[in-house]
Amino acid sequence: MSSLAQVSQVAGDPAVHPTAPAPETEKRSWTAYLLLLPGVLWLGVFFILPLVQLAAVSLQSRFPGFPGYYYRDLNFENYLSALTDYAPHFARSFLYAGLATFLAFVVAYPLAYAMAFKAGRWRNLMMICVVAPFFTSFILRTFAWSQILADEGPVAAVLNFLHLLPGGHIINTPVAVVAGLTYNFLPFMVLPIYASLERADPRVIEAGGDLYANGFTTFRTVTLPMSMPGVLAGTLLTFIPAAGDFVNMELLGPQRGKMVGNVINDQFLAVPGGYPVAAALSFTLMAAILAMVFLYVRRFGTDELV
Amino acid sequence: MTPIPRRARRPLSPPAAALTQAASGGLSRRALLGTGLAAGTGLALTGCAPPEPPSGGAASLDLPTDLSDKEKILKWANWTAYLDMNGKETKSPTLEAFMQKTGIKVTYSEDVDDNDSYYAKVAPQLRAGQSIDRDIFTLTDWMASRVIRDQLCQPLELIQMPNVVSNLLQPLKDVSFDPGRTHSITWQSGFAGIGYNKEKVGRELKTLDDLWADDLKGRIVVLSEFRDTAGLVMQAQGVDIESGWGKAEFEKALDFIEGKIEDGYIRKVKGNSYMEDLTSGNAVAGITWSGDIFVLAYDTEDPNWTFTIPESGGTLWSDNMMVPITSTHRSNAQRLMDYYYDPAVAAQVAAWVNYVCPVDGAQAEMEKLDPDLAESPWIFPTAEFIADNNIQSFRVLDADEDIEFADLWSTKVMGN
Repeated sequence: MSSLAQVSQVAGDPAVHPTAPAPETEKRSWTAYLLLLPGVLWLGVFFILPLVQLAAVSLQSRFPGFPGYYYRDLNFENYLSALTDYAPHFARSFLYAGLATFLAFVVAYPLAYAMAFKAGRWRNLMMICVVAPFFTSFILRTFAWSQILADEGPVAAVLNFLHLLPGGHIINTPVAVVAGLTYNFLPFMVLPIYASLERADPRVIEAGGDLYANGFTTFRTVTLPMSMPGVLAGTLLTFIPAAGDFVNMELLGPQRGKMVGNVINDQFLAVPGGYPVAAALSFTLMAAILAMVFLYVRRFGTDELV
Repeated sequence: MTPIPRRARRPLSPPAAALTQAASGGLSRRALLGTGLAAGTGLALTGCAPPEPPSGGAASLDLPTDLSDKEKILKWANWTAYLDMNGKETKSPTLEAFMQKTGIKVTYSEDVDDNDSYYAKVAPQLRAGQSIDRDIFTLTDWMASRVIRDQLCQPLELIQMPNVVSNLLQPLKDVSFDPGRTHSITWQSGFAGIGYNKEKVGRELKTLDDLWADDLKGRIVVLSEFRDTAGLVMQAQGVDIESGWGKAEFEKALDFIEGKIEDGYIRKVKGNSYMEDLTSGNAVAGITWSGDIFVLAYDTEDPNWTFTIPESGGTLWSDNMMVPITSTHRSNAQRLMDYYYDPAVAAQVAAWVNYVCPVDGAQAEMEKLDPDLAESPWIFPTAEFIADNNIQSFRVLDADEDIEFADLWSTKVMGN
């Protein structure tokens, strides 16, 4: 196969793909629906039903005089209070999640690149190192960071010794939260980027050199575009859970300046009768993320997501 | 015997009592949430229907079959640092002895970090009639009141618990939320006050205002239990927290706490996990519970950990053992409750947890174990001690206040 054909295949030219002969339409549609059934059932029971339930709860009203009891209603004030009272929390969530996504990208790209092209026999070991944190629970890992970053822990001690810590402590600051988010979601960024880089044909990159492009230009015009599906998937997989996360803020964050996930948690668990507002907040968060993702994918999207 | 006066709760006001009575009726969160799908699909039909008052007559309780005879097991949810432990903190000597004596295998877990979060976690399951895999849970008075009102715990057979009947301290025999103690048995009582490390702070802390010093900025942790934290602040602001105050006084205290968080004095507002902040050194002082600080001193082998009641006063509360409504090991649970009301056993626990012991006769047993501790006002407080230190119980809130105050606390202090 010529490398020209490779290039056009990577670019997604449909002409190169062999077209399968069309089977009998009748038979095919039945099989397709049957194959869809488990997925549709799954989505119906575990996604649509809870979503409808959440929507119903988000419109309920508190029962006056009975803590923790509700009645069915169309109380859109829940949404109003979610948007007005907690707008700063939403902004903060998106800011921290955005920062964490950016930082994770900065760390993950070179790592994935090294794993795909430079690691050689170390590749499997590096892969294990990236995936290993998943063997322990998310909470435990975050809790471990709260110990590492503690006032009398190693990080704070070194920074204090160097007089690099103006506030005197690193835990219970937004910095610790963003660091925690970056750490926790890093593998979700590394793996998709690695997957798309690993699939790239090194000969295409060589061709860049053959055509007198320098290293940087080759990276910019050949390697990076080829890895865009991975980058897109990685940023989504990092940003979406990070924006809704509350554990990092709870364990590493300050008392003031919470994220929206904490407010939802608090309304569900600590406020008797907080369910409707918590549900409204969840819905608003979901809608906001959906809108952002939609715009993002339209702007940067490619045909294939990994 | 050392009676603890002023422990008994004020009875609910008649309207509050009527409300709580009605609330134990048929309406449940599950019933309302359970119709969510209908609500979702039939929104247009249901519209803004006015609330239907919860139906009156309490449904008869169906207690699950007690399998205690067949299954010699018991699962107990409790708070951190709340049971005697051996050196390595892996086993409790009194619990081991109980298991030997009865052949019941007890699983002890420190599940409860905070009343609200524990209740929010288990209440929906209990209302749905599901097992929470626990046979005893231990919750504070006001939450025990809610659990009993919502019929989420089983009635107890006092006749099976002779030690409890004869040794429960007189003032605790008739509490407002559980007259005659038919649903709950006191585990321990305790105080909220100032806990701090004398060496790290470098001086003695005597008043609540001593916490707001510039050299302690950012090294203070306070309790997420608002009856304790706001209670202490209100006392410092000159409020008698046992009666005669309302939303204005409460909000004033919250504004004060909010200010201290914003100015960076208070580092964190936490449940029982505040002990981790004290251990790790993130905090050196705070509003804490009495026994925890003694346990901390023992665990860290640092005698500088000190607990004191601020000059303006402290709070007194009790935690209560209850059997969840879906537990199938009620008899086993009752045997355990009765066991811990043996004065000798109670003294052993008290010597470790350093909380107020609710068992009559434990002080005499403590004389044999540790004469110093038998004199400790933190375990066996006298009436004078309570009165002299202005130790009070936070007044009972009615159902509406319960929501309103929790809401205020959540928005102003907990999450912002």
